[in-house]
Order: sequence, then C-alpha cells, then structure tokens
Amino acid sequence: MSVKRNPGLEARQQLGWFKANKWLLARRATQLGFFLLFATGPLLGIWIAKGTLASSMTFDVLPLTDPLVLLQSLLAGFQPESLALIGAGIVLGAYLLIGGRVYCSWVCPINPVTDLAAWTRRKLDIKKGWNIKPKTRLWVLGAILLASVLTGTIAFELINPITTLYRGLLFGLTWGLVTILLIFLFDVFVTRNGWCGHICPVGAFYGLVNTTGLLRVSARGRHRCDDCMDCYAVCPEMHVIAPALNGTGRDETPIITNIDCTACGRCIDVCPERVFNFTHRFDQRLDPPPAPKPLAARGDLVKAA
Amino acid sequence: MALSKQNGFGPADPKRRRALKEMAMYAAGTAGVAAAITGFAAQSRSLPAETLRPPGALPEPDFQSACVRCGLCVRACPYDTLKLAEFGDGPAIGTPYFIARQVPCEMCDDIPCVKACPTGALDHALTNIEKARMGEASLVGRDACLNMLGLRCDVCYRVCPVIDEAITLQITHNARTNKHAIFEPVVHPDACTGCGKCEKSCVLEVAAIRVLPKKLTKGEIGDHYRLGWEEKNKAGKELVPDVIDLPDRLPSTTPDVAPPELSTIPGLGKSGAGQ
Ligand code: SF4
Ligand code: SF4
Ligand code: SF4
Ligand code: SF4
Ligand code: SF4
Repeated sequence: MSVKRNPGLEARQQLGWFKANKWLLARRATQLGFFLLFATGPLLGIWIAKGTLASSMTFDVLPLTDPLVLLQSLLAGFQPESLALIGAGIVLGAYLLIGGRVYCSWVCPINPVTDLAAWTRRKLDIKKGWNIKPKTRLWVLGAILLASVLTGTIAFELINPITTLYRGLLFGLTWGLVTILLIFLFDVFVTRNGWCGHICPVGAFYGLVNTTGLLRVSARGRHRCDDCMDCYAVCPEMHVIAPALNGTGRDETPIITNIDCTACGRCIDVCPERVFNFTHRFDQRLDPPPAPKPLAARGDLVKAA
Repeated sequence: MALSKQNGFGPADPKRRRALKEMAMYAAGTAGVAAAITGFAAQSRSLPAETLRPPGALPEPDFQSACVRCGLCVRACPYDTLKLAEFGDGPAIGTPYFIARQVPCEMCDDIPCVKACPTGALDHALTNIEKARMGEASLVGRDACLNMLGLRCDVCYRVCPVIDEAITLQITHNARTNKHAIFEPVVHPDACTGCGKCEKSCVLEVAAIRVLPKKLTKGEIGDHYRLGWEEKNKAGKELVPDVIDLPDRLPSTTPDVAPPELSTIPGLGKSGAGQ
C-alpha cells in the first residue's frame, strides 16, 4: 500500500488547518490535561491527582489503578488491598464503557512520541520495514503475564515505557527518556507503528477490553470516498478501516468494529470528503449516496482546491 | 498424502504447516521474552545494603509482587525521605526506597506513607510506627566510633526515637587509659525500627553506625537446634533425670593470682621495660 508523504493536505486546503486537525488537537489537549492533573502538584503545589498512571488518588477520594498492572500483581501471587482493586475496577469499567484503546490515543504519553515517529517516517519517505505481525503484541502480553507468574514480580513494570515516562516526568528521573528515544527510533527505522501497533502489551490488553466500548468511528459518508487513501496513511492501525469503508464487514456496517482501532479520529481529520465521524457503536446510519457528478465537475473541484 | 492435501488437514498441507511454524515461532518468542524478563527480574531481586524500604514494606520478594510503583508513598511522606528508584539505583526500577545517611525516616505517628499505599505493599497492618522494621542499626565501624575510643559522643544514642530501648550505652572498661569507661552504643534488634536517624546523625565522616536491611543483620539458629533451658521449661522437669548437678564454680571476688602486668609480658606494654 503506497503511503503518502503528506496526507491531509487536501483536507487542510478545503477545510482550513484548524478543522482538518480538530481531533488531533483535542487529543493532544486531553493527553496534556491528564498529565497536568498529576503535574500541577509537583510543579505548583496544587495537588489534583497524586501518584502516576500505575495508581493514583485524585482529590484524596478517587482511587484509580492500572488494571493490567494489578492483573500482573495478582498473577505474581499477591492479594492487593481493596483500594487498588476498586481503583482497577473503576478504570476497567470506564474503558469497557467507552472503548479500551481510547486509552492509547487519548491518555497514553507514548502516543505523541509514536505519532511523531510516524510523521517523521512519512516525511523521510521510509517505505518498507521489518514485517512484524500486529498480533505479536498478544504474544508479548502472554509473555509478560507468564513472566509475572514465573518471577513473582509485576514483570512488565520493570521495562514498561509508559509508566516509566510518567514516573520520570513526575518524579524527575531520566531513564524514562532513554526508553522513549528507543521507541521513537524503532518506529522510524524498523517498522511503521512498530511499538504501538505490534509490540506493546498494554495496547494489546486495552484492545481486548475494546470489544464493548460505545465510542466508535463510523465511515458513514463512505459513498463520498474518492480513494485518496489519506485515512490509511495516517491510521496507526490501517487494517481496521477497510471493512467499514468498503462495506465488507459484517452486515456491511459503516462502524469500525476492529478492536485495534484506537479511536484517535485522525481519519476524520484528514478526509477531505468528510467520510468519517465519531458516533456510538449502534449507529448504523449511512449518508445517502450523492447524485453522480459529471467527471468534468470533479476535475474542476480538485483544481480549485 | 494426497488425501490430506485435499481436505486441508494433515502435516503436508502447506497452509497448515506455515501456520504451525508461525505458531511455534511465536511460542518460542513468547518464551524468550518471558525468560529475558525473568532474568532481568532476578537481577533486581535483592536490595543493595545501603537502601532501605519504607515502613511496613513486605519482605523483598513479596514486595515486588505488590508494589505497583505509583509513588503515592513518596508523595505522602512529609520529610521527602522516600524516593523512587531510577535505573541503576539498585532497588527494582520505580520502587520506593530511602538512604538513611541522606534522609532518614522520621517515624511519623500516623505513618502517612503506609496509609497512602493503595496495594498494601506497605502493610496496612502496621499502625504503630515503633513496630516498623525497615532495617537494623549496627555499629559496623566500631574502631572509628568516638565512644569506642573512649570519648563521649553519644549522638546516635540521643537521636534515637526509641532511645534506651533500641539503643543503649553499655559501660565497659577502657583498657587504653585503664581508668576511664567506654560507653559502647549497643543496638537491640527487638526494638530498633531501622529508621536510620542514628546513621544520619553519626558525627564521623563515614558513619560508624549503619542501618542495614534485616536480611544482612539477622542470624538464625538451625531448625534442629534445641536450647536446653527452654526445653527444660517446656517439659517442666529435668530432661535427663538423675544427673548430679555439681555446684558451678563462680569467680571469687579476690583473685588467687594477680593478673600479670602488661609491661611484664614480652612484646607488650611499654617498650624496654627491662632495659
Ligand atoms: S499501544 Fe501501548 S504505548 Fe501505544 S498508545 Fe497504546 S498503551 Fe500507549
Ligand atoms: S514514617 Fe513518615 S518519615 Fe517515615 S517514610 Fe513514612 S511518611 Fe516518611
Ligand atoms: S504507595 Fe505502595 S504501591 Fe505505591 S510505590 Fe509506594 S509502596 Fe509501591
Ligand atoms: S535505626 Fe538507629 S535511631 Fe532508628 S530505631 Fe534503630 S537505633 Fe534507633
Ligand atoms: S554518633 Fe557515631 S561516633 Fe558518635 S557514638 Fe554514635 S556511632 Fe559512635
């Protein structure tokens, strides 16, 4: 599949920079917002959320715990206090309701890094890479759970770049930044979306949690698609788009149902034809097909853009 | 063979063979990753001698199955005692620890660090800070300790939050001057919390008294070992009946033979005693 060097150009020209980056900006704001909930304490002395993504306490009342970390703890043979169990229950419940991989696009601090890597890769026009299967991450997930059982430790936390980065930024440790650099280089030079799309067991875990979530992307206006391929170029999990866009999924649903979709909304942003939109998983509506345009008119439109 | 090819089953089917091969590759990879992490985990299993865990921390192997490395204990500590381990610090990455000589634990009455711990890696059963056993003080640098030299420093003794229980001054004879006393700081493991105040306050360039993880200070009698007097108490009678108990020979107050003067022993005492 040819990947464009400058996807979204058409959308920016037609809709303006702001509108063609709406969801990207919303995500960056959310990611920063989550970080600031933790960071205002150490930086300004205003404590909102204490702790890190692994486990936190917000306003001294709301406990939140990473369910995968707690699962490893359980497998390592430890019985956690109820506070941690409640915290993990709340987080798991929220992601079951909204959609597991929403974590990846809207919360995880690695996402801006791998997005930047994907952007760099496009700019440098690096085409081929090491062909790792996306399902590799499920095996990695299995491996860390197995390692937790074998070692009696929370195994992935020894190397987890996500919590390492958060911890590093919030507690002034520098090691996190090295891991981030490694991931960046891996994504740029080894495989497209290498870490998040193929390796990360946290993403794999949240993918498994992604089966019930309400928040979905729909290719509702798929009749308007003119095969510019911009959405494929920006999607971090490009295999999820085709069934919804081509109507080859179950019941020809326009909803992107694949559990790998991170609900980043980048496809919505870059599509000049406004094919995609955020909706809930039961919304099966399709825009009516447009009256066929004469070819000449289409040509004019593209030129004018 | 032809049959198995036709119905798509059997080892000769290339599709199935490829799938099996792939499966085996992934399984091997999984085992490899698990083994790598296991090896990595083994490295950070034991705690370096100068690092101590917060109050109530579970024993080391258990602690690493329990602590999610959230840092809530670090945030809760009003004295900035606790730190999260950085790669290379020694303790497993991200886990809380402190170094007594840098910032000791002030033994807060309400133990906020333990209360803040969401998982129980810091055991919530610890409600009396004097029951904490973060480590154990030990006068490992005896020869440099000012008190052992016959001076009166006493600093470690005075700063101890469990003074006169965890640490006492034991008076012994000063053989150097032959007329003064030595006030030896003696730590009592049954009362020492391992807070590290003594090590922090030791006036020497390098502390003579150090707080070490319990694992490094604890001796243990073999399982098979029986202490006669305890067994006797348990049994409530002589264990070996009819043993004639001879009277113990106690040292008499006036020695029959005067101990020799140091200077009369060749090679000891003032040189040239006989010259
Ligand atoms: S795949 Fe992993 S690193 Fe990537 S965004 Fe999701 S949780 Fe974060
Ligand atoms: S008892 Fe107090 S001083 Fe000691 S580690 Fe806990 S919070 Fe800090
Ligand atoms: S609060 Fe508990 S779980 Fe969190 S870092 Fe401290 S000991 Fe570990
Ligand atoms: S570590 Fe030192 S100061 Fe603390 S209780 Fe033990 S003897 Fe006392
Ligand atoms: S503070 Fe140091 S030098 Fe002074 S008595 Fe204690 S161990 Fe000895």
